[in-house]
Order: sequence, then structure tokens, then C-alpha cells
Amino acid sequence: MARLHINNIPVDVPDGTTILKAARELGIRIPTLCHLENTEAKGACRICVVEVKGAKTMIAACATPVTEGMEVFTNSKAARDSRKFVLEMLLSEHDGDCKTCSRNDDCELKALAAEMGVTDLRFEGERTRKHIDETTPALIRDSGKCIKCRRCVTVCSEVQMVGSLFPQSRGFDTTIGPAFSQDLDSVACVQCGQCSAVCPVGAIIEKDHIQDVWRALDNPDKYVIVQTAPAIRAALGECFDYEPGTLVTGKMVTALRHLGFHKVFDTNFTADLTIMEEGTELLYRLKKKMVNKEDVALPQFTSCSPGWINFMEFYYPRFLNHISTCKSPQQMFGALAKSYYAQKTGKKPEDIVVVSVMPCTAKKFEAQRTEMSQNTIPDVDYVLTTRELGRMIHQAGIDFRELPDGVMDSPFGLSSGAADIFANTGGVMEAAVRTVYEIVTGKPFPLENLHIEPLMGLEGIKKASLKIEGTLPEWNFLEGVTLKVGVAHSLGKATKLLEAIKQGEEFHFIEVMTCPGGCIGGGGQPRVTTDEVRRKRINAIYQEDEGKQLRKSHENPDIKKIYEEFLGAPLSEKSHHLLHTHYHHKERLN
Amino acid sequence: MAPENTTTPQTASNEDEILDHLDRIFAESKDKPGSLIPLLQLTQKMYGYLPEKALKKISKQLNIPISEVAGVVGFYSFFSTQPKGKHVVRVCQGTACYVRGGHEVLHAVKNELKIEVGETTPDRQFSLEVGRCFGACGLAPVVMIDNDVVQRLKPSKVAEVLKVYKK
Repeated sequence: MARLHINNIPVDVPDGTTILKAARELGIRIPTLCHLENTEAKGACRICVVEVKGAKTMIAACATPVTEGMEVFTNSKAARDSRKFVLEMLLSEHDGDCKTCSRNDDCELKALAAEMGVTDLRFEGERTRKHIDETTPALIRDSGKCIKCRRCVTVCSEVQMVGSLFPQSRGFDTTIGPAFSQDLDSVACVQCGQCSAVCPVGAIIEKDHIQDVWRALDNPDKYVIVQTAPAIRAALGECFDYEPGTLVTGKMVTALRHLGFHKVFDTNFTADLTIMEEGTELLYRLKKKMVNKEDVALPQFTSCSPGWINFMEFYYPRFLNHISTCKSPQQMFGALAKSYYAQKTGKKPEDIVVVSVMPCTAKKFEAQRTEMSQNTIPDVDYVLTTRELGRMIHQAGIDFRELPDGVMDSPFGLSSGAADIFANTGGVMEAAVRTVYEIVTGKPFPLENLHIEPLMGLEGIKKASLKIEGTLPEWNFLEGVTLKVGVAHSLGKATKLLEAIKQGEEFHFIEVMTCPGGCIGGGGQPRVTTDEVRRKRINAIYQEDEGKQLRKSHENPDIKKIYEEFLGAPLSEKSHHLLHTHYHHKERLN
Repeated sequence: MAPENTTTPQTASNEDEILDHLDRIFAESKDKPGSLIPLLQLTQKMYGYLPEKALKKISKQLNIPISEVAGVVGFYSFFSTQPKGKHVVRVCQGTACYVRGGHEVLHAVKNELKIEVGETTPDRQFSLEVGRCFGACGLAPVVMIDNDVVQRLKPSKVAEVLKVYKK
């Protein structure tokens, strides 16, 4: 422990604690910009400087560990003036117009200017060179707005281990981006949008589909339906000043009706369907391997996270045949909406517009993949992030907090708790195991509260094993087999798990979610997502799951119905045609 | 290869040979931390500049994203991704040289060579760079041509000085 004084108030903190953290112990929030939770301090932006007695210069609080007897002043005139000066310098280069910027409701730079009382711009000079990169379907980068804090670099290289972004050149000429001034579509960017989730300003944002959606809603010839991903209901409330982790499922449904959607459906329904297809696929792979002694790619990897799919296509092509052939729940929904639902309602597929609300930017990429269409009609037309839906609701003048609860429409409205937990790391696996176990044994899943404890929480890589006993005759080759599963969230952790598999570690099934925490921490979620926020959203999701009578995908009566009426059985020919696909190696600069 | 490049220090096939040779060295440095800058220096020494294809090889062998390799190259002014001329002209733009006419000298050099800073003449004879103080402020304005220091240079004398280095 070390004792120091901050603004003459004594505080004891463990050795190695930074001044920033020690100050927080005393309720002092030193402003930060480059700082990113769970990563090494960079000390790049200098907005956190404080005065330390005896030090020759101002000290970056985020990067400086405390020492015994240290005397820190966070609010001396010198400290206040220095921070304000740093901010004024950043503002002088920042080429942005707050009035029209999509970040004007949550821009950290703007908030700091207000907080530090910057009322006029003292410095007028050359602005950062503006280059707008709109080359990817998911993201827009505006170098003029970039303040070079490098949070995006940290998240891209350290958390995701993708490394598409890095500071290029130096000094005033520095730009953050790919090598050789390339745009993002020329490099192996997976479009996860974690950069857009951590950017403090409007320099990296999702590609906006709001206008497209309004246009569709305004078109009397179009039948516009919406699906909402499991993770939206635990985060959308934050756009309306609810505490993180407040479930707003009912209000969200009502808001979507107010916006004018003809039907409000749930991606959860196709999450349940995914479990049926993907669980069955796993069992068939195991059967092929163990009974037929065929050479089958195992472990099977989940396929619902499109950033992960991109990652595998770019970086690990040798493992592509391990990825489940199931399309993601978003895409299964689109495919069914324009086939099953079109037939059921007598509508032409081209007259139906499918809008998704996703916690994700990569879903925008996924929706425009050529694999995700039938006869050139895309399964999903537009993808809104949680943030965009929040903005649309604001644009429509809807008083979200005052809305009554609504209920999702049939036939894609009813879902199990197993579908809810797709939203967080470990959830898809738990949902799959709940179903696979019952298919194989015909007995109720035995774990308490139906949870697989080792797969819960924010540990980066999680593992569990479950011995299968009392199998039904059809599955007796699995009798006594210990099912080994692994879960990773963030591509950095996924890389570690893949390397372990390469080294020979054995698993049967692996769940990977691209973003830290899973979809609840997705690149399209309200900012800023910290671990505390992740935990709150995850708790909300488990609460939604536990609050349902129906908690297993295979027990969902509407899932049974769609198999009876339309699909036949999991992995049927119709399923294969509509709900499954294959991925291919892509080469890009990296 | 275009005819104007026939005076290139390295021919295309020669460059490929160098690359094969370098690639083996890159591979040996795979897991050694701190290898990036020495390898960039070596590559630049071999080619006279850092070609994109060599940077890609380094990135692959060291398992460092190309964005980072390019970022390091862009950060240090010593590194160049442009082929260098036979002679490198560095015009000091440090404070002392600047106030004593360094900016005008730079302008005269640009006019004489018909290139901008960071560029190389089409005949690959001259590259133009700026320096930020060579530690010879008493001799300002200073120009370095290769390892020669040209002191108190006037814009009107630039053509004459450069003539000496023309083949």
C-alpha cells in the first residue's frame, strides 16, 4: 500500500495504482480521452495531466503509478490551466461542426469543453486534413474529426488483434488508419465497429441507415417489418437516460409500432431456430466422426457473429470448415420473412422490407453479403444499430419513457429464454447445450437454474465439460462421452483459443463472439461500454431469461410449428437452402 | 519497367533477388522482440528505400500488422518509401537556418531540381529532404548534400552548387 495526498486529502491505495484511479477513490474524476479500460495506459492525449509536488512537468494521471508520500494536485490553477490548454489545442485542430455531428448527444470532446468552461476558441489555425472513408458497408471514418487519441488503435490491435488501424506519419500530419493511406475496405478489417464504440468524437461512426428506413416506412407500396436482436432490449434504454441494464423490451416494441413498422418481430425467434439447426448440426458432426469414422471438422464453431466470420475468412481460412453452416439469426429471420412469411401473408418478397435492429456494425456488412440473398433480393434490407434506433425514436418525437409495454407480433414473436442469452458471452453455448442435452437424453437439463456456471461472466476464455449419460437409443454413441465446450469473446481471446486448438487442445463446440462481453458489448451499442455496463446488461439478459416459463429453444411452440408447416426438420433440404451457407477465404492487406 | 527508370540503382530482377535474401533474414527474426527497426534499416540499406513489397514481407514474417509497420516507417524521417536518388539534398529548416533564409534556399532547390520535398528526380540523381537542425546554426543557412555541408548558401548559388554533383 502507498499513502499519498490528493488535494491535501490522504488516501491509501495498493502499490502500482495510477494517480487516475487513486483520485477516483476520493471521488475525483480526472478527465481522460486516450484511456481505455483493461488496456495499458498510453498517456497520449495529455488531457489527464495533474500537478505533482516536486515534478518538473505536468504528469499524466492515467499512466503514472502513485508513490509513497506523493502530493498530487488535480485542481490547482496550473493543473486546471494545463488541461484546458490541452483541450483548446485539440479543439483548434478538430474539424467538426457540433450542430450537425451524429455524436452531438454523446461527444466526449464537446462534453469536456462544457465541463472545463471553454467558451471561445482562442486558437485558430490549420485544421486536420479531412478525408472521409465510406468504403465499407459498416463504418464511416472522418479524419477531420479525429483527435488522434488512439483508442481505436488500442481496441483494434490489443483487444481484437486485428490491427487495421495505426497512426501513420507524425506530428500534425498524423492520421489514424490503414497502411499506405488505404481505405478500410482494402484491408482485413472485420467491421466489428469496436473502434466506433470507443471513439470519443465523431471520427468513426456506423454507416447510417436511418434515412433508408424512413424512406421505406414512407413508401405505401412496401410492407416494412422489423426484427430486434436479443441485446437491444438491455441497452436501448440508455439512449433515454435509463440506467445500463434496464430492460425495455415492451417499450421498444411500442416505439417500433409508433415509428410505423407494420410488424414488430423478434430475432430471438430465429435465435431459437439457430439452436435447433446448429445443435442438430453438432450432433451430426459428432455422429459422422464417432459412428461413421468420417473425417469431420471438429470442434464446431458458432457462426452468429459476423465480425468473427470475417476474421476467420481473413486470418484462419484453414478453420473455415469448422464454422457452423448456419446463417446468423439475423439472416435466418430475413430468409424466412421473404419466404415463409411472404407465402403465409400472400405478399411478394420484393414488397417486404426487412429492417434489423442490431447491437452491431458488422451486421450491416453481413446483410449485404451475396450469400445472404435469394434471387438477388437481400434477406435483410437495412440494419440499424441500437444507437440509430435511439436516434430514430428521438427524431419521431416519441417520449420513450412514457410508453406502455407492447408485445411482439406472431409468428416471429415468441421466443425462449435460451434465445435471450444469445446476447451475452457464453449464452449461445448454454442455449445449445440446454437443447442438445435434452435431444440426446430425453431428460430435463439437470443444471441448477439451467445455467452453466463456468460459461458465465466476463472471463475472456471459458471452458466447461459435461458428461452425457442415459442417452436415447439413437444417440447411444454419445453414452459416457464428456462434451467439451469453449467460449471466447473478443477476437484477441478467440485467437488465443484458436492457437490452443492448433496445439491440440480438444473441444467439441466453440462459441465465439467478436465483441467483449458478447453482443451486449457490440460495436453498435450506446456508448461508452465499460465492464460495469457489460455486467449490468448481462444481468438484465439473464433476468429476462429466468423470467420466462419457456427457457429452451426446442420447447418453443412456434418453432415446432414452423418445422411442421414449412421447414420439415432441422437440416432439411429447405433448411439448407434458406438457413445455411458456406464461407470462403478472403485475402486483403494486413 | 518504364524506360525512364533504366538508371535505377536496382533492376527489377535484382530487387527480387534482394527480397528473397531479405525474406530469409526476416524469418530468422520471427519471435525476436525489437526486430522491426533493425530490419527496416537493413532493407533500406539494401534497396536505398523501403518498397511496399518488402514491408509486406516484414509484416508477415514478424506477425506485425502492416498498418503498424507502415506507421513506424512513416514516423521516422530516416525511413523512406520513395526510391532515393544518387545524392540526397537536405535543406535545413531549423529555426536559425529558417530565419536566415533557409526557406528561400529550399524554394531555389525545388526550382532547380523541379521536385517537391520527399521526391526524387526522374533520373534518380537527386532526392530532396528537409532537416530540422544539423547542429551547424552558426553556418546558417545550411544544406547537406550527402555528407557534405554547404554553409551560408544563398538562393542564387544553388544551381552552381548542385552542378558539381550532376553526373
